[in-house]
Amino acid sequence: MKPHRRKKLGIIVFISLCLSVSVGLGLYVLSQNIDLFFTPTQVADGEVPVGQHFRIGGMVKEGSIVNDGTSLKVNFITTDFISDVPVQYEGILPDLFREGQGIVAEGSVDIAGVFMATRVLAKHDENYMSQEVKAAIDAAKESGLIPEGSDSSNGNNNYSTD
Amino acid sequence: MIPELGQFSLILAFCLSIILGTLPIIGAAKGNVVWMNLARPLSAGVFVFLGIGIIILAYAFASDDFSVSFVAAHSNTLLPMQYKLTAVWGGHEGSFLLWTFMVSAWMLAVSIFSKSMPLDFVARVLGVLGILCTAYILFMLATSNPFDRIVPLPPSDGADLNSALQDFGFIIHPPTLYMGYVGFSVVFAFAMAALMSGRLDAAWARWSRPWANTAWAILTIGIALGSWWAYYELGWGGWWAWDPVENPPLITWLFGTALIHSLAATEKRGVFKSWTVMLAILAFSGSLIGTFITRSGLLTSVHAFASDPSRGFFILGIFVLVVGGALILFALRAPLMKSQSGFSLVSREVFLLANNVILVVASASILLGTLFPMVYQALTGGLISIGPPYFNAIFVPLMCLLVLFLGVGPISRWKKTSPVYLIKQLTKVALASVCLGIALPLVVLMKFSMSATIAMVLGFWIIFSIINDVSNKTGNKPSLWLGLKSLSFSYYGMQTAHIGLVVIMLGAAFSSNFSSEKSVLLKAGESVELGGYEFIFNGTSPANGPNFIADRLNITINKNGEFYKELHPEKRIYLATRTPSSEMAIDAGFLRDLFITPGEIKDDGAWSMTLYVKPFIRWVWLGAILMALGGLTASVDKRYRRRVTTTSNSQLAPEAVDAVPVT
Repeated sequence: MKPHRRKKLGIIVFISLCLSVSVGLGLYVLSQNIDLFFTPTQVADGEVPVGQHFRIGGMVKEGSIVNDGTSLKVNFITTDFISDVPVQYEGILPDLFREGQGIVAEGSVDIAGVFMATRVLAKHDENYMSQEVKAAIDAAKESGLIPEGSDSSNGNNNYSTD
Repeated sequence: MIPELGQFSLILAFCLSIILGTLPIIGAAKGNVVWMNLARPLSAGVFVFLGIGIIILAYAFASDDFSVSFVAAHSNTLLPMQYKLTAVWGGHEGSFLLWTFMVSAWMLAVSIFSKSMPLDFVARVLGVLGILCTAYILFMLATSNPFDRIVPLPPSDGADLNSALQDFGFIIHPPTLYMGYVGFSVVFAFAMAALMSGRLDAAWARWSRPWANTAWAILTIGIALGSWWAYYELGWGGWWAWDPVENPPLITWLFGTALIHSLAATEKRGVFKSWTVMLAILAFSGSLIGTFITRSGLLTSVHAFASDPSRGFFILGIFVLVVGGALILFALRAPLMKSQSGFSLVSREVFLLANNVILVVASASILLGTLFPMVYQALTGGLISIGPPYFNAIFVPLMCLLVLFLGVGPISRWKKTSPVYLIKQLTKVALASVCLGIALPLVVLMKFSMSATIAMVLGFWIIFSIINDVSNKTGNKPSLWLGLKSLSFSYYGMQTAHIGLVVIMLGAAFSSNFSSEKSVLLKAGESVELGGYEFIFNGTSPANGPNFIADRLNITINKNGEFYKELHPEKRIYLATRTPSSEMAIDAGFLRDLFITPGEIKDDGAWSMTLYVKPFIRWVWLGAILMALGGLTASVDKRYRRRVTTTSNSQLAPEAVDAVPVT
């Protein structure tokens, strides 16, 4: 092999080594950080192991918000109108968090079946619903257990953490 | 009537850009000077008619013309005038008009500042931009016309601009970001023009570099503005959330960063030609992917526009045609892109290559994490999300590696550097940075912190390496002043941008490791201590604005028992939509920010709120400003203003052999 060919080969080998190592590492890290999404019914049916980090989406049940008087602990129930999952969060809820509103929460379920949220996202815009909440409500609707009218027809999703 | 004029003006711009996208390119191929000469006036025409379109849309907002559905959806009679005017980019249709207008503004700039380039090249560049304009305006007219009317019964009042957007950041962030984003279309057009003409020489790289540097600098500012705005508006106390819509600008920026470095090697040494062209295509693709993601309705994000899938397909179509066409042209011309010179294993070329590999890998990993949930959903229907831990785990180590190379690259020589020379130059630098980097955090913090130590060592590594380099370069001059004067603008630009990177790195490392925060529930008169400050809550007072009512929280901050400052976060309710919104209160400082996010009033009159003390957070944006200044300084270097009329395939930059620094 001519010297300049050898050098070229060296560079190509170097780059492809770097690339394959980083792709491998990247995919590994990716697989470690995937948050799956579950509906309240799936959670209530025990499909999610205790301690696994995931996202849950649903509506905040009317009349379910309970503020702890002395701390920032908030308990509420998220529902897809079939099953309810109690959620506990400590901190300041987003501006648009309120009863009857679709939310997405991140966290994990404890042994008592309470979803301990580390982050709560609420809709950013009045007219839209997140894919997650929509998926949860649609899944419930398909099972025919809830009446139409708890509208989820709009497919968009303007969410924020504020 | 007036909105119809706006639409008419868009149609005129469309017709002109069709001509611009065809005749000058054909003229350049056939050597028809008349057709080539059409490019400049046509660009100006497209610019003027798109500009008229924007002005008419702004007028519709200013005059509360709610018969225009875009105005009705994004404005309200109560909306303050500055937001009425900027609501032009408050939704999908108008912001796409702004995007297209930016392309035409860049076209105009190219047609004005291209006197030193040959006519056929300018005609091709403007022609390629004209093709892009044609596609964008067609998209607007076909799927997202901002001048659509509501007939027969227009609403009496508009739905209002999203309350989160009613802020100063909204006035400046989108135009700046778009300007930077779209600037990479110019570099793309330069690359395409070079491929068409088959003239991928040093002159081509020299013509592209100021444009690439400028676009890169503006994009840097645009991203930093977005980060700053998110920081003070969204109130989660962070400055980067790895949101799927924040990521595409960063992906584009990383490709763009690789591109401006690779262009340097192409200009100075005639190497990496095909790689440089590929990076120009990638950076441009990044900007199109960003558009696609925000406008296709695929995402859960603050930025996502309400939209329907047909728009997504249309943008995907543009993407496939333009990028596909570019790649085919690239493949056809590949044999022309031979390197003109070789280089040894230890040389500036190799360090620039390392820079490029790291940046491209970082960019690709972010792209993977951003698109993976969408691909997963398309394939399986399942919903997943990729959180910040993934991005941090990949991005942070890669950037550390990048900074490590950054200390060596600018010192090394083109073509061949003796390792002995490098070791001799860098031993002192390495020793000093390791000692200071370990000692300084220990002395200041009185405890060991791994991340602070790494950040300091790497920071000193760059700073000392720069000082060493400057003193080498000025050492043989009669005085330091004369030495400094002899260095080129592009050298100063490069070093300023590199210092900017160090500043960002320190800001990111310190603010993410040493911030303290506390979420509290306070009644009037109660206080809480955080990070050496005492926050006293003095109750609320009403503070109503033109289109909202608000509770203003009065918070006194004491330091060492003495009065320091009053801060007033607000909890607003916007009247048109009844949406609540929090206004953070921030005491900004060079060394630390105090930051208060208001919560809500609880049953017993107590307010919840989150308090933050965030050290060095300003450095993140300060560093971005330095980077942008560096990019702009480099792009006004006087060698780009030199008139070049004739070029040949073998021409190299005259400075090619000596170690003139890169930017």
